[in-house]
Amino acid sequence: MKFPRLLRLALLLLPLAGALLLSACHRDTLPFKLTDISGHMPDLAFQLTDDHGKAVSAADYRGKVLLLYFGYTHCPDVCPLTLAQLHVALQKLGQPGDDVRILFVSVDPARDTPAVLHAYVNAFDKRAVGLTGSPRAIEALSKRYRSAFTREPSGKDGNYEVTHSSAIYVFDRDGRARVLSTPGTPQADLVHDLQLLLTSGASA
Amino acid sequence: MNRTAPFLIAGLLAGLLGSNLAHAAGATHVTASHAWIRVLPGALPAGAYVVLRNDGGAPVALTGASSPAYGMAMLHQSSGAGGMSRMTMVDALTIPAHGTQTLAPGGYHLMLMDAKRPVQPGERVRITLQFRDGSTLPVDFIARPANALGDQG
Repeated sequence: MKFPRLLRLALLLLPLAGALLLSACHRDTLPFKLTDISGHMPDLAFQLTDDHGKAVSAADYRGKVLLLYFGYTHCPDVCPLTLAQLHVALQKLGQPGDDVRILFVSVDPARDTPAVLHAYVNAFDKRAVGLTGSPRAIEALSKRYRSAFTREPSGKDGNYEVTHSSAIYVFDRDGRARVLSTPGTPQADLVHDLQLLLTSGASA
Repeated sequence: MNRTAPFLIAGLLAGLLGSNLAHAAGATHVTASHAWIRVLPGALPAGAYVVLRNDGGAPVALTGASSPAYGMAMLHQSSGAGGMSRMTMVDALTIPAHGTQTLAPGGYHLMLMDAKRPVQPGERVRITLQFRDGSTLPVDFIARPANALGDQG
């Protein structure tokens, strides 16, 4: 039995075409509900200290879907609200949610020691990691994502607030920036997009 | 001793009368519900939230609060203009006549600082709300865990 030449060629090319299509889907065309920033923001990169006092870099979190959020522990309202909302979103994911990490980057390294951060992030979710470091390292990460923060003047009691970006940056398992969330976006949209990223697997 | 007694009694009476008058003002028309505190670890400041209802015919202005459990309580507002989270002090918050005013996460809240001792989730904490006319309203707030989204559930 002889296959017609054209059919043989088509059969040979089929897996190749399939692979191309799959990688294109994985890379660019996930049907996100949140603001898609794929290709518009740099891959995750930082050199910071985690809430156990260990030096860490973005490579330590490869394989996890990441939620990056800038805040500080003396922030009594918006930061806890955001972290509580992220906790609830992770709970909705069920077991697969264990492959997500919340990276809470302190914009107040003067007060946020690893120990303070450890108690703080764990009060919200065991999958949350507190990150701190030198002002320069934190500013570099903030600038990388066009985020900003400003320390406000101290009150008479020496207490001060830090005005900071409210964005939550979502990264895939390969450390690529994929979507942008804010505290105001519907939680179902965040859960939807996290599910997409969790099931799209760790390739590359 | 005998000579000062009448003055003392008069003073006490005036004090009682004064506090009664204070209670007869704005606070008598205000009721509080869904009062809760988000407890954070260690000595970190906590946010307190409540829904205030004014059944009176005149607006009532909330100007402050105090609690035996905390060294300081301040009225604050969070805002998110331009994608930036910011916190500002609020001098007064009006509860409209026959209306409600809500202190909720991400908006108006009481910032509680310098806890006298660690507050545990499940505890009830007394916070006395102060109004512009000098009247006060004691409210029991339920302490909730850090990752709570409201006064229950």
